[in-house]
Order: sequence, then C-alpha cells, then structure tokens
Amino acid sequence: MRNIWTIAKREYNHYFISPIAYVVAFMILLTIGVIFAINIYFYIQNAFQSFGQTPDLSPITGAFAFLLVLSVPALTMRLLSDEARMGTLELLLTAPLRDFELVAGKWLGAMLFILTILAVTLVYPLILNSLVDPGIDQQLMMSSYLGIILIAASFLALGVGISALFTNQVAAFFVTLVVFVFLWWLIGFPASVLQGGASQVFQYLDMKTHFYNSLNVGSIKLADLVYYLSLIALGLFIGTTAVETRRWR
Amino acid sequence: MIQVNGLTKDYGTRRAIESLTFDAEQGEIVGFLGPNGAGKTTTMRILTGYMPPTDGTATVAGYDVVEESLEVRRRVGYLPETVPLYNDMTALDYLKFMADLRHIPNSRDRAYETLEQVNLGDRAESYVGTFSKGMRQRLGLAQALIHRPEVLILDEPTIGLDPAQVVEIRSAIREIGRDRTVLLSTHILSEAQQICDRVLIINKGSIVAEDTPENLQSRLVGSQRVIVRVRGDSDGLANKIMKIKGVRDVEPKTDGSIEFEFGAGQDVRPQVAKAVVQGGYDLLEMKAVGLSLEEIFLELTRDNADAKRVS
Repeated sequence: MRNIWTIAKREYNHYFISPIAYVVAFMILLTIGVIFAINIYFYIQNAFQSFGQTPDLSPITGAFAFLLVLSVPALTMRLLSDEARMGTLELLLTAPLRDFELVAGKWLGAMLFILTILAVTLVYPLILNSLVDPGIDQQLMMSSYLGIILIAASFLALGVGISALFTNQVAAFFVTLVVFVFLWWLIGFPASVLQGGASQVFQYLDMKTHFYNSLNVGSIKLADLVYYLSLIALGLFIGTTAVETRRWR
Repeated sequence: MIQVNGLTKDYGTRRAIESLTFDAEQGEIVGFLGPNGAGKTTTMRILTGYMPPTDGTATVAGYDVVEESLEVRRRVGYLPETVPLYNDMTALDYLKFMADLRHIPNSRDRAYETLEQVNLGDRAESYVGTFSKGMRQRLGLAQALIHRPEVLILDEPTIGLDPAQVVEIRSAIREIGRDRTVLLSTHILSEAQQICDRVLIINKGSIVAEDTPENLQSRLVGSQRVIVRVRGDSDGLANKIMKIKGVRDVEPKTDGSIEFEFGAGQDVRPQVAKAVVQGGYDLLEMKAVGLSLEEIFLELTRDNADAKRVS
C-alpha cells in the first residue's frame, strides 16, 4: 500500500509539470464552464414559462463523462510506456516493489489528478444551489459524481493497462482512444440489432448506458457498480500482466 | 553473498548465457569482463530480480532471485547500463523517491546524505535533465547506494565518462567495496585490474576464465611483444635482433618497423637498443605492445576450445 502511494504521489506531481495535463484540465474545465453557462441561460429563459423544470447538474456531469473518453488517453498514454522507453522501468522492476503496486500506483496518481479537476467543478453545484430554491437535488448530484468517478477510474485503469503494452506513447494514446470509443459508442449497437440474451449482453457491455440511464439520473444500481469495478480490475490486471511479461522478454 | 549455479537464459531461440557458475564473497569486488553482447547485462538483470533465468539458480544474500525476488531486491543496489533517471525531477526529489520506495525513514535526510557521498550535494535542487553525463552516472550510483545495500551490482559504471570522472568513480567503488559485495561489469581490461579483487571473463555467455587480475595477467601475458622503429632502411637490423638471446618471433613489418617477442622475466630491450645504436640506425621508437582485449579473448576462447577437445 505504501509503495502504491509513493508511485501515485510521484505521478500526481508529474502532472503539474506536464503541458498535456494542463491542456486536458483546461479543455475539460472550459467546456464544462461553457455548458454550465448556456444551461443557466436556458433555465432562466424557461423559468418564466410554465414548462420550466428544476435545474440539475446532469448536463455538466454528462458532458464531463463524455470528455473523459477524449482526455483520459492523453493522461494515461505515457504512464508506463515512457518508463519502458526511458529505461526507468528497469529501476522500478528491480526496486522492492510488486508489479501490481507499480500499476496500481500509476492508476491512483492519474485518478487523483482527475479528482482534482473534478473538485474544481464543484463550484457549479454551489452556484446552482444558490440560484435554485430550495436548492438542487443533492442525491442526484452525488450519484452523478459517483458515476463520473467510476467512469474515470475504469478508463484510467484501462489506459494504464494499455500503456503498459507499449513503449511508444503515441501508439498507446491511439489504441486507448479506439478502445474507449468502442466501449462508449460501438459496443451497444449489436444490442439494437440482436434479440434476447445476446442483446442484453451487449446492452450490459455498453459503457455509457450504465451512466446516462442510471447514475446520471440518480439511481445507483449494483449491476452498474459491478460493471465499472470489473473494468477497473480488468485494466489493472492487463497492466500487471503486461509488466510481468516484460520481465520474460 | 552471491551464488550462481548453472544459470542459463534464452531470448527466444538465442542463448544469452549458458550454465554460468560463480560466487562472490562479502567484501569482494568481482569484475565481469567481456565484450559487448557477452551476457554481462543479462546475468546482472537476473541477479537483480529484473528477469527470471531460463534454467539454473542464483541466490543473493541467501535469497533465491526467483522465489524471493522482493527480499533480493531489498538487499541489492543496482546501477543499470542506461542510468535510469527522471529528467523532470530534482536530484534530491529523485533520491527521496527511491528512498521512499525502499521504506527508508527520514528519506529526505538520507537522500541528501547520499548526494553528499557522491559529491552532488551542491546540485541537490537542480533538475536531473540539466546534469552532465558524469553527474548522471554519480546520481545513478547514489540511487544504488541509497539503502546501504549488502550487494552492489554495477553495469558498466564508468562508460562514457571523462578520465577524471572515471578515476573518481573507480575510487568511490573501491571505497564502497570494502565491506560490501560488488559485482561490476566492464569491457575495459585495465579497469578490471584496478578495481577488482577477482575477474570473471565471460564470452558468448560462458565464463572462459576466472582469477585474480594479477594471475590472469601473468597467465595471459607469458611473453612481451615489442615494436622497434628506426629512421630509413631497417634492413639487416632484424637479423641483428634475431641473434640476441631470448628474442623470438622477429617480424619485419612492411612500414619498416620490426616487431619481436621475448619471454617474461628476460627483458632484452637494453640489448636491442645497443644493437640499434651499434648498427648506426637512428632509433625513433621502441615500445611494448600490450595484449589487447581482443587478443586476450582470442587467446582465451582458443584455450577453451582446446580444453574442450582434450576432455
């Protein structure tokens, strides 16, 4: 555990001297800010009409989840591929450190960085809460944020795992992006074509429905949690196995 | 401290090392001498727990490198051939990170202390990316020393350094090696002679010789070759040299110089000089030709082949 933390701390600090991390943080926060402003504008417009609904955060959290598809590959691409390229992997693999601790530490460091960006977005619920009477639906908000955290954790784990397979970070970036696009958009398609059990399987594998249809509308279901936790485990497993196989080459 | 038994490693179909067997005691500096690609790095990587062997066993400080890899890694300091540094960290942060990975209490103090030890105390706050090759090498050494390991494994520790830095690193290693076991690899013969208590010569994955540097030297350098160069025509000089007692294998070269050999312990150079002067030649140069590393390897591999044939 201590080793995981040591690795995570170094990785987290590294993001603050990395231009890519700043670009990612800027892109996410700018987009979220613009979406928030536009939504506030429309809510206010609609509020004077009878069909106005209670404003909530789902447009922001929904956008955040989508932005993770594009930004996580940029955050994870160098995590292990660069260590391999620079030769520092040899240093870590000969330190008294389990392969899993290395991979989990990398993942945790990236997770903490995403959580930092996410923490900045907490100003929007605060603003919204002060604008709306009697305040926003806090349960919905927590469920949405939990959803984002789970998506980020799943993506980051897969990203770290894929990064461990490459020594070139650009290759790691594109493979990660393709995998995310597949999980987010493509894997759900067969569900609408097929019928019965097969359809349900693809339905379950579709990443975005676990968020947009449940967590982002305030329902926390065990099936969704299991889905995300499985992806995290899968990503970390791929990463650990990839690091281990490097030893055998 | 280090015991290696029948160690073999294959990369796919290529055999990198074959049935290596050797050991190293505490307080001993053992040199691993061999040409590039001889299997030095592979052996070191196995001993540091980086990769498992295909066959054979190795124990370091009493722990098996495969079964008890973490225990081995706790007790070994390793400087790989490409010094593994993070350019985006300061020297102090880097060493603190390494100290934290090894659970050293007061890691910051220890990091600073170790930096002082390798004469980098004044560059503690500098980014590693700005370091010269020599400084990087010293920082790499500091990283290997941070946990005061029982066993130190150094892969080509002086490669790419300028002569002053080489002297510095060598004396540092001697100092460190007083109470620790040091295994270092090099392809420089004189380096092995200067630092090591014992030398293992490895070629094509097998140990071809193992002895103290002095013994190896006398075993290999049974005779001394000398080259003599005179101004102008050297005709006739070769005959004069040939007549001197103890001289063997006189070989006039096409460039006019003459190369010859004499047995160890019977230095004939004064007589040769006299012959040159008496013959009225203008002496330009007379120098000993040392056996180059390549020749030693040729010698050793030939010995090895002969030995195999006999057995």
